[in-house]
Amino acid sequence: MKSYLFQTDRNHNFERKDYCMPRFVYADNAATTRLSEKALSAMLPHFKDVYGNPSSLYRFGQQARSALEEARKAVAACLNVPSEGIFFTSGGTEADNWALRGVYEARKARGTHIITTAIEHHAVAHTAEYLRGQGAEVTCLPVDGTGRVSPDDLRAAIRPDTVLVSIMAANNEIGTIQPIRELAAVAHAAGALFHTDAVQAAGHIPVDAADWGVDLLSLSAHKFHGPRGVGVLYVKKGTPILPVIYGGGQEKGKRSGTENVAGAVGLAAALTEAAGRLDAEAARLTALRDRLIRGLLQIPASRLTGHPTERLPGLASFVFECVEGESILLKLDGCGICASTGSACSSASLDPSHVLLAIGLPHEIAHGSVRLSLGADTTGEDIDYLLQQIPGVIADLRAMSPLWKG
Amino acid sequence: MYSDKVMDHFSNPRNVGEVEHANAVGQVGNPKCGDIMKMTMRIENDVIVDVKFKTFGCGAAVATSSMATEMVKGKTVAEALALTNSAVAEALDGLPPQKLHCSVLAEEAIKSALADYYSRQGIDPVPIVGCSPDCDACGREH
Repeated sequence: MKSYLFQTDRNHNFERKDYCMPRFVYADNAATTRLSEKALSAMLPHFKDVYGNPSSLYRFGQQARSALEEARKAVAACLNVPSEGIFFTSGGTEADNWALRGVYEARKARGTHIITTAIEHHAVAHTAEYLRGQGAEVTCLPVDGTGRVSPDDLRAAIRPDTVLVSIMAANNEIGTIQPIRELAAVAHAAGALFHTDAVQAAGHIPVDAADWGVDLLSLSAHKFHGPRGVGVLYVKKGTPILPVIYGGGQEKGKRSGTENVAGAVGLAAALTEAAGRLDAEAARLTALRDRLIRGLLQIPASRLTGHPTERLPGLASFVFECVEGESILLKLDGCGICASTGSACSSASLDPSHVLLAIGLPHEIAHGSVRLSLGADTTGEDIDYLLQQIPGVIADLRAMSPLWKG
Repeated sequence: MYSDKVMDHFSNPRNVGEVEHANAVGQVGNPKCGDIMKMTMRIENDVIVDVKFKTFGCGAAVATSSMATEMVKGKTVAEALALTNSAVAEALDGLPPQKLHCSVLAEEAIKSALADYYSRQGIDPVPIVGCSPDCDACGREH
């Protein structure tokens, strides 16, 4: 099979650049995904034909308004909540920022204690850190070796002045899925509100905000084959929350800024498409993922990170001892494989991922992490290719490593 | 992110392995930080006749190791001692700022091997090579 990468010329046209690689395998769907054809065709008219402002009185504006409201209804249906609770944002990061800052600001007179976990995405973790500087007291719950949060730990940490608990539905690095319904019940029993960052979960596992009983939930379109730059914060009716973005009073005064209609329409189309094939796609990806895991665990001194079964269908994450993650990625790139790592060297901070440290991996082992995340385009042949290439890459790097005595 | 030269030295590293009958061995870095470089050399008549490296680390760590071995091979000990981290980085057409420490490690690995060369002959390396980068192992006050 001919494979290729794309390069852009000065006029931003893409041209195919052929490489001598047998295959191109995009295994970084937890980073971002290809826009689905359905989402793209749903969006296109909103860029060039129905470009009115939804806040405008005339019919041309109201046409855009109705597309936006249809999108809101479609998202609400996927999450099993009333559409009044759906607020469009610029993405998952904004949704997470808003949930934490907005609820804290609205409730700080009642209490200033916030609970989160040691494995949250930076969009939650750094916002919690910011709030700590604003006077909040933040408790970070630990996780077990598989990355699971214990409801008992939450019960023990919660206090009368706890105003918000924020726990992610599924982790972006190790794929571990949390028992959100149980955790939300613990928070509610103590009178605290519950937010979940469902950015990695939405479109991949059933996300029923009503059944989970969450007060707030974040998602991001580009993680499920929707466009970048658009997300959602679901806010249950009656939840106290202040805006973080002020302006023209769009989204019922809660999130100002002229609405990204094309983005919202694309998000709704992609989420609807994902929800429609969720069970079949989860089963297909789980089979591919487990074949990949079984195959790569044949590599000596390798281990799976995260939970063996309570994990995202498309996410396989590993550590390989005595090799370093960035080197692995560069070698894989040379084979036409796109993957990611939590290694220090891939970050500006030079610290390995907080998630890998939180599950108890020592620094030296956390440096050798690799995440392979599958998506709608991943095929069995892609898995064959990964299984064919990765063991050789690890062996080559180990041959060069002074730590490897194998 | 990396120059073509860095990628060339990462993809086709020069002088990988361990020199047999080495009379100069140095290792710097630590696994916790995610970089370890080990240099082995055969020095005859004050000339580095052979040098090889083994590195655990990122692309820049491998490339700087490879380039550093190329830059000291066939050189006298005095010439090798004059190798600086910036010369290694320059020879690779530059490194991203957060990766400059890799070139420092490469310079230290060469110096650590040369310090070992002097120690084996009963010569205190510190006045010649400078302070060992491994402060814990050195024990000197300064």
